Amino acid sequence: MNSLVIAEHSNIELKPSTLNTVTAARILGDDIDLLIAGKNCGAIADEGAKISGIAHVWLTDGPEYEHQLAENMAPIIADLASNYSHVFAPSSTFGKNIMPRVAALLDVQQISDVVAVESEDTFVRPIYAGNAMATVRSNDSVKLITVRTTAFKAAEMGGKAKQEIGPCKEDSGLSGFVKRELSKSERPELTAAKVIVSGGRGMQNGENFALLEALADKLGAAVGASRAAVDAGFVPNDYQVGQTGKIVAPELYIAVGISGAIQHLAGMKDSKVIVAINKDEDAPIFQIADYGVVGDLFKVVPELTAELDK
Amino acid sequence: MKVLVAVKRVIDYNVKIRVRADGSGIETNNVKMSMNPFDEIAIEETIRLKEAGKVDEIVAVSMGAQQCQETLRTAFAMGADRGIHVLTESTLEPLAVSKLLRAIVQEENPDLVILGKQAIDDDSNQCAQILAGLLGWGQGTFASKLDFIGRKVEVTREVDGGLETLWLALPAVISTDLRLNEPRYASLPNIMKAKKKTIHQKKPEDYGVDISPRLETLKVETPPTRATGIKVANAAELAIKLRDEAGVI
Ligand SMILES: Cc1cc2nc3c(=O)[nH]c(=O)nc-3n(C[C@H](O)[C@H](O)[C@H](O)COP(=O)(O)OP(=O)(O)OC[C@H]3O[C@@H](n4cnc5c(N)ncnc54)[C@H](O)[C@@H]3O)c2cc1C
Ligand SMILES: Nc1ncnc2c1ncn2[C@@H]1O[C@H](COP(=O)(O)O)[C@@H](O)[C@H]1O
Repeated sequence: MNSLVIAEHSNIELKPSTLNTVTAARILGDDIDLLIAGKNCGAIADEGAKISGIAHVWLTDGPEYEHQLAENMAPIIADLASNYSHVFAPSSTFGKNIMPRVAALLDVQQISDVVAVESEDTFVRPIYAGNAMATVRSNDSVKLITVRTTAFKAAEMGGKAKQEIGPCKEDSGLSGFVKRELSKSERPELTAAKVIVSGGRGMQNGENFALLEALADKLGAAVGASRAAVDAGFVPNDYQVGQTGKIVAPELYIAVGISGAIQHLAGMKDSKVIVAINKDEDAPIFQIADYGVVGDLFKVVPELTAELDK
Repeated sequence: MKVLVAVKRVIDYNVKIRVRADGSGIETNNVKMSMNPFDEIAIEETIRLKEAGKVDEIVAVSMGAQQCQETLRTAFAMGADRGIHVLTESTLEPLAVSKLLRAIVQEENPDLVILGKQAIDDDSNQCAQILAGLLGWGQGTFASKLDFIGRKVEVTREVDGGLETLWLALPAVISTDLRLNEPRYASLPNIMKAKKKTIHQKKPEDYGVDISPRLETLKVETPPTRATGIKVANAAELAIKLRDEAGVI
């Protein structure tokens, strides 16, 4: 058995999701190679080479790979894949976008969002917004897997892998990069944060998220949101936690003015400790909260922020 | 422009699903079914394009049991022009769905195919990307905005860090995210008109596509439930619990 892991990075930094993905791959053994495709990303390859468990790093460096367009990435991954029994990528928007296209080129059925690797051909994945867990066995010659990163610890940095030049192809001509508008934040990334404070429709508007920011500052937390808060324009789309947004599993998740729809719970119910602040004592969020406060968030949140100074 | 839209019939998003006692899957008897919400967004987008004079014909495709025809009628009531139903009682994995869609694309020659980003039952998030790969077309996944400029489309995509805009040469495959639009409710006259629109029924064999599953589902289980929590009186009490009992702050 030998695995290929597709690294997620921004040409400037290696994303933590890569480390969780390596841990999932290591369950099957340490014969793991890493593909880093990008532009001017030699430093990322050097960093990738230090991940424990990685034997070789493939570095594909060229302008065609700067924005990691699926149309350019899939052919090189498909080429490499014939040498491997398994290919893993994080189930982030990066991995979700590219891997099924690789599956098309290889004629295999990808397994999405794996939370447990049972054996070389058997995997567990959530379905129906995590309300059921399916154990599936794959009969394909190459297993293509995207990994739910919150289900696996980050791999350590204790390795010393060799580097080789990876495959390179012409630009597909099918697509191109126009622009990127990334939310700027000093806060930890949602999917890697230890503490998250999330707001819902109960926040009433975007300005009121300042209350959550103040609380998050005290806790070193990331700020998230429900779909309703994003749809209403209170916060950007990348704040959305849930079945169709980000999946998170911090040590502490504080849900403020969020009712607890199944689609929201799907994204945060694996958090270690869940706190709910909601004025409706029957809100479903209380059914999964370890600690609930029934009350007006505009009173409770500032009070909690003040308590943290004590 | 001609557009093909794929619509899946799924358990309604409001239903609390039940795992069958024998672990073979999810209980679907007497459960409310609806169009996958992301596919409603896909249909809505094509209708808006038609209203804007950019699209002439909207063909909706659904695959699965006989009742998929109801899903197609919903698409008609919203504004789709005609439908293709690929009838099968077998499980369809995303690879098989995409292979059938490829065959339909080769017959219909649309300029654009729009799918939902994710079916809310299997949560795979694969079909659009597989289809684009099979066709050798560009893909614009998780779209929150489309702009047609000549023979290109600019797609704004919802990515983990924010938004990203790409251009794609047409024909191309798009998958919808939640913010692309807000689907309309069908009006009564349109529901009546929907009855007259035509559905062509086909079978996977008609397209020569092998749909045999690649994955074997060994079991389906209910995830472990969380222990019931407690309610605390106020912020002060909460802070104490989080500090001394849970040890998370
Ligand atoms: C296809 C699909 C995908 C979806 N994906 C997601 C997803 O990924 N993530 C997601 O979150 N949702 C998702 N949803 C939406 C989901 O179904 C709910 O509509 C949404 O989560 C509700 O958000 P909310 O809890 O903020 O709003 P509401 O349900 O309106 O709840 C607001 C809550 O705030 C409380 N409140 C109001 N004022 C105060 C106050 N002053 N003090 C205290 N409490 C107050 C209310 O009691 C209420 O419980 C999806 C839906 C669909 C159909
Ligand atoms: N049986 C089906 N019939 C029609 N469209 C489907 C079917 N299965 C998947 N799709 C389309 O593919 C999208 C993504 O599904 P999935 O990749 O399974 O999450 C859906 O939103 C639909 O647009």
